[in-house]
Amino acid sequence: MLVRSQSVIHMVEKHGRRRLLPPGFTADLASRYGVVIAWILVIVVFSILQPETFATWGNFQTIFGSQAVLLILALGLLPSLRVGEIDLSFAGVMTVAIVLVGYLSVDVGWPIGAAAAAALFAGAFAGFINAFLVVNVGLNCIVVTLGTGTLLGGLAVAINLETVTGISPVLVDAVRTQVLGLPLAFWYGVLLTTLVWYVFKYTPLGRYLQFSGVGPEVARLSGIRVDAIRFGSLMTASIVAALAGVVLTGTLGAANPRIGLAYLLPAFSAAYLGSTVISPGRFNAWGTFVAVYFLVTGITGLELLGLSGWISDVFYGASLVLAITFSHLLAQFQERRRDRRVASLRDDPRQLPTEASTR
Amino acid sequence: MPEQLLTARGVGKTYGVRPVLQDFSLDLGRGEIHALLGQNGSGKSTFIKIVAGYVEPDDGTQISALGTDLRFPLRGREAQGLGVAFVHQDLGLLGSETVFENFLLSGFDPSDRVRINWSRRRSEVRESLESFGVDIDLDRPVSEASDMERAMIAIVRAIASLRGRDAGILILDEPTPYLPRDGIDRLFAVMREASAAGFGILFVTHRLDEVWAVADRVSVLRDGKLVANSAVADLDERTLVQQILGFSLDQYYPEQRPAATGAPVLHATGVSGNQVRDLDLTVGSGEIVGITGLLGMGWEEVPYLLFGATSGSGSIELAGKPYDIGHLSPAEAIRGGLALLPGDRLGRSGIGAATVLENVTLPTLGGLYTRGLLRLGKELEEVKAALEEFGVVPPDPHARFASLSGGNQQKALLAKWFRTNPTVYLMHEPTQGVDVGARKQIFERIAEARARGTSILIASSEYEDLAHVCDRVLVLRDGRVVSELHGDGLTPERISEQCFARASTGAESAGSPIEGVG
Repeated sequence: MLVRSQSVIHMVEKHGRRRLLPPGFTADLASRYGVVIAWILVIVVFSILQPETFATWGNFQTIFGSQAVLLILALGLLPSLRVGEIDLSFAGVMTVAIVLVGYLSVDVGWPIGAAAAAALFAGAFAGFINAFLVVNVGLNCIVVTLGTGTLLGGLAVAINLETVTGISPVLVDAVRTQVLGLPLAFWYGVLLTTLVWYVFKYTPLGRYLQFSGVGPEVARLSGIRVDAIRFGSLMTASIVAALAGVVLTGTLGAANPRIGLAYLLPAFSAAYLGSTVISPGRFNAWGTFVAVYFLVTGITGLELLGLSGWISDVFYGASLVLAITFSHLLAQFQERRRDRRVASLRDDPRQLPTEASTR
Repeated sequence: MPEQLLTARGVGKTYGVRPVLQDFSLDLGRGEIHALLGQNGSGKSTFIKIVAGYVEPDDGTQISALGTDLRFPLRGREAQGLGVAFVHQDLGLLGSETVFENFLLSGFDPSDRVRINWSRRRSEVRESLESFGVDIDLDRPVSEASDMERAMIAIVRAIASLRGRDAGILILDEPTPYLPRDGIDRLFAVMREASAAGFGILFVTHRLDEVWAVADRVSVLRDGKLVANSAVADLDERTLVQQILGFSLDQYYPEQRPAATGAPVLHATGVSGNQVRDLDLTVGSGEIVGITGLLGMGWEEVPYLLFGATSGSGSIELAGKPYDIGHLSPAEAIRGGLALLPGDRLGRSGIGAATVLENVTLPTLGGLYTRGLLRLGKELEEVKAALEEFGVVPPDPHARFASLSGGNQQKALLAKWFRTNPTVYLMHEPTQGVDVGARKQIFERIAEARARGTSILIASSEYEDLAHVCDRVLVLRDGRVVSELHGDGLTPERISEQCFARASTGAESAGSPIEGVG
């Protein structure tokens, strides 16, 4: 964004004082902040429709406090999505983590810290298997992770079919304790968003991830270890999914082996919808943050209007389809517009001294 | 059936105002093997594409094939329907499909209208391949086949599509670069068989030894015009080379000792790849070395092999440090002081969807990352300066890379790698698809870099460029260095001559002493 705003300033300077905003500014704003604007609209509409229930502090707390797990999951997917791999196994990994925490800490009697560590280790192991099959063996990621994800979901049920209650208060407190009116889980999500944003924007790794996805051969010939990056991004997805499982267990105070799968689609919806905002066309951290809470706000509002449980599936599904449609059209539109601008600069005689000065 | 299978008169093709083919004529008789020769861009492939219906010729073009006048524009596969089979330069195979399915692409047997007789088709395909000694699993995807096998599949497929006809035309556009010696021999044997059966064969080649090996007649194109049409028996190689190149060759150029260059910085020994065989190469500090040859002779591979970008064997010594090519990765090569500007600009060199800035700084991001932050402001300043210096228009770091013209893309990519301060800069076709102005700027940057002590290795088929910019040029044939040109002996004509010279007969017929290198 820093780079971007400088270019805007640059444009204003170049086009003189007469024009306050660079050409295409409105379109640019709309495309960069479309979901943010939609989010605000949704809030306004539901606040008018349901002033008693929607526009309340309690509802605000529900919206922000309840879906930290979804945010963490979606953020964990971003590196793998950037390199162009679609990992479907994370819901299964999360389920295994949930079951392990419950089973080891309650049924076996391990300390909660050890149980959580075991869950994260299981996640890392699953990620290693995925990455090995996809990167080293060279299999299709969607197919491999569809298999491993289903396999892990089944294994989780084999370990423990029942919901385990009585999760250690240490974990529950570590997740649910309220800070500034919101549970710690939400702040973990914010922290992770910031971390991903930093990595994507302010470290070379962020660019390497992007380039490994859109131009693996160019990246490789530029000295980037593309395979290592793909490997790492798939491991990240699984480790973060396991982390989300630990957080979810703390949030619910119980380990339920049947809820993991419900997060599969919403997480993709959020990540794809997030790629249409802030840095349109790229999977990015704050875009994902906005997308998660836009989705949750919309669903909460619709549910308050009396629409029953089916609405969330319809809303998440529709959002995913609309998000990829919108981002595709947006990318085309932006390409055309920017290329026209470049073409006009190229033909602009004021630019020609540049070429002459090098002779 | 008429005696003339293919008659072409007044064939022309103009792109904009630039004619690529003018008043070309050709006759192909029954049982004739006709070689079509000429340098790159002389119009050979254009003619073939006209017959195949891919390119619509200018008005006044008259072509008849197998007694039928062709009316342009042709409908898809019209010529094929008359009995003309093609092997195009790119072979026209679908990599993801199996060998068998690729054979089906050449059209169904008319008797299969109602129900495809799969088992009969399969056994036909297998027989066709076996008659060429090609032993390949029909159910393997073509992408898994070697270059040689793919070429054989395309050739066998074309010949098989003429099966059952009493007359037909086989058109081969440079079928041999990827074939091994015995594959070429088998191909020639089949060509002779087909011609004995009354088929006409038109084939494009760069290798003059093949003309003598198999052809009856030769047509030579130069700058879109037919400059010679004669029987092979009436020709000698010197005359033919002159007709192709358009100037007469001096028998002996004055030879000069190599210009004194700095100490060697890159020393490669025993480098082998797909085509390159046991190449030795030394590049001195501040030296510009060219490496060239005809298509498929192995020179294109050299920069990638030295950079660890494709698998091969051999070893290099770079600024005193040894590396094993078998285990070299591009990352290591960059750390060792190499840079590689690939020839495939939007496939291997730059990313169209990213910005110019992101493309330029990709290999040098590490240096911009200090105390935990990527210095975006510094990056922008540096890229702006680099774009100005290299004359990229527009000098907008945020422009989408694909939106730049080819020449400006190449200048930006040149800048990308100069930012790494390479000891040796490897380049593959640095001026391909680049306009004249940009070409000049690129050479200026190369000359400046050399003045600073950077060594440059250019693999290119632009003989003119090589002659002007290089200190030394190595010519490869069949993966080996056959000639090294330098000093006054380094001219575009001389490079062409060395590239086209007949491999087997050496100094006497090529008219020049051939130096062994390494």
